[in-house]
Amino acid sequence: MPRPRRRVLGLVLALVVLTALLTLSVMIGSTAIAPSVVWHALFDPSAHPDQFAIRDFRLPRTIVGLVVGAVLGLSGALIQALVRNPLADPGVLGVHAGSSFAVTVAVGVLGVREARGYMWFAFAGALVVTLLVLALGSTRKGSSPVVMVLAGVCVGAVLGGAREAIQLTDPDAFDAMRYWNAGSITGRPLDVLWPVLPFFAVAAVLAFAVSGPLNALALGDELARAQGVRLARTRVIAVLALTLLAGGATAIAGPVGFIGLMVPHVARWIAGPDQRWIFAYSVLLAPSLLLVSDILGRVVMRPGEIPVGIVTAFVGAPVLVVLVRRRKASGL
Amino acid sequence: MDFGRRALVLRRGRIAVRLPWRPVVVCAVLAAAGAGMAVLALMTGSYALSPGQVLSALTGRETGFVQEVVVEWRLPRVVAALVFGAALGVSGAIFQLLLRNPLADPGIMGFTQGSYTGALIVILVVDGTYTQLAGGALLGGMATAVAVYVLAYRRGVKGFRLIVVGIAASAMLDSLNTWLILKADLDQAMSAAAWGAGSLNGVSWNQVLAGGTCIAVLLLTAGALSRPLRQMQLGDDAAASHGIRVSPARLGLILVGVALTATVTAASGPILFVSLVAPQIGRRLARSAGITLVPAAFVGALLCLASDHLAQHAAPTPLPVGIVTVVLGGGYLGYLLFTEARRRL
Repeated sequence: MPRPRRRVLGLVLALVVLTALLTLSVMIGSTAIAPSVVWHALFDPSAHPDQFAIRDFRLPRTIVGLVVGAVLGLSGALIQALVRNPLADPGVLGVHAGSSFAVTVAVGVLGVREARGYMWFAFAGALVVTLLVLALGSTRKGSSPVVMVLAGVCVGAVLGGAREAIQLTDPDAFDAMRYWNAGSITGRPLDVLWPVLPFFAVAAVLAFAVSGPLNALALGDELARAQGVRLARTRVIAVLALTLLAGGATAIAGPVGFIGLMVPHVARWIAGPDQRWIFAYSVLLAPSLLLVSDILGRVVMRPGEIPVGIVTAFVGAPVLVVLVRRRKASGL
Repeated sequence: MDFGRRALVLRRGRIAVRLPWRPVVVCAVLAAAGAGMAVLALMTGSYALSPGQVLSALTGRETGFVQEVVVEWRLPRVVAALVFGAALGVSGAIFQLLLRNPLADPGIMGFTQGSYTGALIVILVVDGTYTQLAGGALLGGMATAVAVYVLAYRRGVKGFRLIVVGIAASAMLDSLNTWLILKADLDQAMSAAAWGAGSLNGVSWNQVLAGGTCIAVLLLTAGALSRPLRQMQLGDDAAASHGIRVSPARLGLILVGVALTATVTAASGPILFVSLVAPQIGRRLARSAGITLVPAAFVGALLCLASDHLAQHAAPTPLPVGIVTVVLGGGYLGYLLFTEARRRL
């Protein structure tokens, strides 16, 4: 099949899969709820207890999963294109550590206990860390992807240690943080989503705006410059978008790893090397992966639940192993 | 070999050992610093002592309470920090040499996390004794190493593939550990997490002797395997042409490296970054062409002891040593960033 048709067809297919998973996510849980009840809960609400479960718990959770997944996928694709490293992940730039640290300070030092309250700290922490990493990663000749990743690792390590120090000296904070730190989309009211959505929208626009220059960047700095790409500006915009995406997602769901690592590979595999298509595919495929993981986490240990961040690590790590075994990891 | 430098030649009958001056001097200085640090650590605490009291307690001239404080309370911890630090330094040096990658590290490749998982299962599920815990940690670390090695094996083991498979394994084990802690009740979870940060709190002579014996045997094995290790730095083909059987030598070295970290993890919990940083600092101080095991051991020991001292006395509440090594290690990585990476890129 010629590539353009394959790409569009694949995109439609991804949309169908995502829709199916959204439905499943609302239906499946500690009790399975029939599709007709789901339908009525959405369009013909009454006081039926199953409808409460859907409207108050499963629907918000599914929507949060949809948004967080899409955002994580896009941020993963963006960071892999930016640092030209197929194994990069938002966690690598220290964004998770930055959010985690800020939230720990909020919980442990300032006594914030509500998700809506510490969300802003997570967001600010991610922003500060990304700016710091960007500053650390800039050499006199401009910013370098390798230095930036190293800067991310080192900032992440220092903040992780500091976070742990606070947690260990404050049992209350430790208890409050245990679940957030695992990465979960349970019990997040839709209210936590609204303030972050505008940032996500801006970030998505920025990401797609630099997707063209990022294509040129894949050929190397020299060739990209020869094609008239303004390297510094492209990178600054990409990093800004990345912070908004990864920081916001971490703020809502805690550190959920591997989605941003895996999805762009699958996207690249289907769509080829064009970043614009990779971004589009990542946005559609990542929520599917997140929802599958979340559903799995609900079903496997019924009636208990496994936080989605733990499931994605268990799904993602083998995929990473397969990737490095199969080829030299699909290059950029 | 570098014949251009002045070297110290030790002769005894027909055996001669040729040592370059600089590493010898560096190691001597590091040993002196370690001894000084040890005396300082023995002096400091809620019951402060003078250097003279410490020395006479060590030589047996002082008896009673002072002797008990120094020899029974503080000395095991100091010895543990030195021995464990040396073990971590050598372990890191082995992996960095084998994989020819300055980022190769038992912590990055998941072996440390595997040991932690093994020990966590013993703590949370069986609520086991120290011996069971050590066994669990050793088993977990070894199982992880075997799994990572097998998964990375494909017509030989390439450094890049091994590291990436290791990162995958450590991520998976990290979340398994998080899950285990999540499921536990708060008290158990707190103590497991404190142990998981890497702490020398309450290390007793029994643990030091058991761990120390293991580590001594492993260090001797590492020394015996250091010739093939040096040859393999030039590449597998070059080593093979010098008569080294590369695959068994590599397997043996990996086993020794894993066992070293697992022994430390069993006794103290994961102390990260020492194994990453010590070989690099050792190489810079000794100005050797590549990583060498002995300076790495000395730097590791000093680093671990100094970090533990900081962890105990610098913060308002005593912290696990692992937190200090993580912060210091991250800072060192930042320093590398500003010097090396900037100059090169």
